[in-house]
Amino acid sequence: MTIATPIYMDYQSTTPMDPKVLDAMMPYFVDTFGHPASRNHSFGWAAEEAVDKAREQVASLIGGTAREIVFTSGATEGINLAIKGVAEMYAEKGRHMVVSVVDSRPVLDVLKRLERDHNLEVTTVPVDKNGRVAAEDIKNALRPDTILVSVMMANNEIGTVQDMAAIGTVCKEAGVIFFTDASEAAGKVPVDVQAMGIDLLTIAGHKMYGPKGVGALYVRRKKPRVRLAPQIDGGGHERGMRSGTINVPGVAGLGEACALCEQLMAEESKRVAALRDRLEQGILAECDEVEVNGDTDHRLPHNTNLSFAYIEGESMLMGMKDVALSSGSACTTATLEPSYVIRALGVSEELAHSSIRFSLGRFTTEEEVDFVVKQVIESVNHLRAMSPLYEMAKEGIDLSTVQWKGD
Amino acid sequence: MAYSEKVLDHYNNPRNMGSFGKDEDGVGTGIVGAPECGDVMKLQVKINEDGVIEDAKFKTFGCGSAIASSSLATEWLKGRTVEQAMAIKNTEIVDELDLPPVKIHCSVLAEDAIKAAVSDYVDNKDKNED
Repeated sequence: MTIATPIYMDYQSTTPMDPKVLDAMMPYFVDTFGHPASRNHSFGWAAEEAVDKAREQVASLIGGTAREIVFTSGATEGINLAIKGVAEMYAEKGRHMVVSVVDSRPVLDVLKRLERDHNLEVTTVPVDKNGRVAAEDIKNALRPDTILVSVMMANNEIGTVQDMAAIGTVCKEAGVIFFTDASEAAGKVPVDVQAMGIDLLTIAGHKMYGPKGVGALYVRRKKPRVRLAPQIDGGGHERGMRSGTINVPGVAGLGEACALCEQLMAEESKRVAALRDRLEQGILAECDEVEVNGDTDHRLPHNTNLSFAYIEGESMLMGMKDVALSSGSACTTATLEPSYVIRALGVSEELAHSSIRFSLGRFTTEEEVDFVVKQVIESVNHLRAMSPLYEMAKEGIDLSTVQWKGD
Repeated sequence: MAYSEKVLDHYNNPRNMGSFGKDEDGVGTGIVGAPECGDVMKLQVKINEDGVIEDAKFKTFGCGSAIASSSLATEWLKGRTVEQAMAIKNTEIVDELDLPPVKIHCSVLAEDAIKAAVSDYVDNKDKNED
């Protein structure tokens, strides 16, 4: 059987858009083009109606209400607005924030800037070997002047899902605002801002079969009412929190993407998890010394992150040229540092260099999984035959005792 | 990042991949790099009594450019004298493989591996002659 290549297994980088989402967007480019803030003609009303519908659809997916949804350009903007908005609005209350070590890069970068330029203090909370944050550790990191806790709901590299309800409870008890980057979790696993005690939550359309360049920030209105200092000033759109003409087609697409995820989640998460397990088991059955990074009980259904001992990640990807994947290897980034997420698990730098993320999704097929398993096995055999480390390990040398000349 | 044709060719068809016994006569072994840096190269040369490299082998843990650099090095080493081998510069490897700036360290490592392997042979020979 022939199979169409290249095969896409990088859904956590971005997803293809669901054709139904495109259908939902199409009317809002040419025909229904009005400005949703135009209050005195039908063009504006039609656009407003589309935006209102999308607001309901987004709110429904995460258990919030429509009036708590602020549309943004994506998860990164939502992160900036949430964290900087809180830092500015609650400056008099305190200058301290708490973050998990495996939060997303934009969260860590925003906090770094606030630390450097705005006199904010940040406490970073570690994770266990599976990438989970203990609510107790969050509690111990809190201070009287803490104004925000940020814990990413599900990690983008290892797929570990956090115990949001437990962390939310800790934040509630302390009266601290709880923010989460849910861009990897929303639409894949159930999200409920009420049950999880979440005050601020960001999502991105392009991670859930919606369009790129659009996202949403949930901002709690009751118990407590969270207030944010806007980071983009202008016409006072989105209740003053995010000025700028709303991207109506994008927002309509985001709404439809959320509605589809809500409708399909139960069935889809089972199907995709079964494919993920088939992939993982297929590889583990044929290759020795492969580690699963992350938490096999609490993880996203569509992710597996594997470390292939004695093989460098980028060379693995090179061997699988018909498959789109991503690696924690330093060689695939500009920084020359291996993944900070994998390192935070206590995994050796060597194994961090050897990690590969497989992320599946709505359009992944069993044939594709079987093809990828075969390619992985071939690549592992090719590269291990070439690996001096594999040779040394097989000779019984403990690599951790070797004095390397490059050290 | 796109790889050059030559890097892909060495990756897919590595030249002289393998190992000599470390105690074989005339063999020099160089191991450079470190696993936590993401690159380890093992390069071996087999040198005859006239001081000419008869054969060379490599094994590499690292990215495609590191594999290609060491594979190319083994090709170049065969037939060279010890002095000629020591004169190989990393920039020649960069030029031959069209390595981009972020991969220059791979060629540096290959040059280091050549020097380490040849020096190992010279040291062993001196010891045996003592």
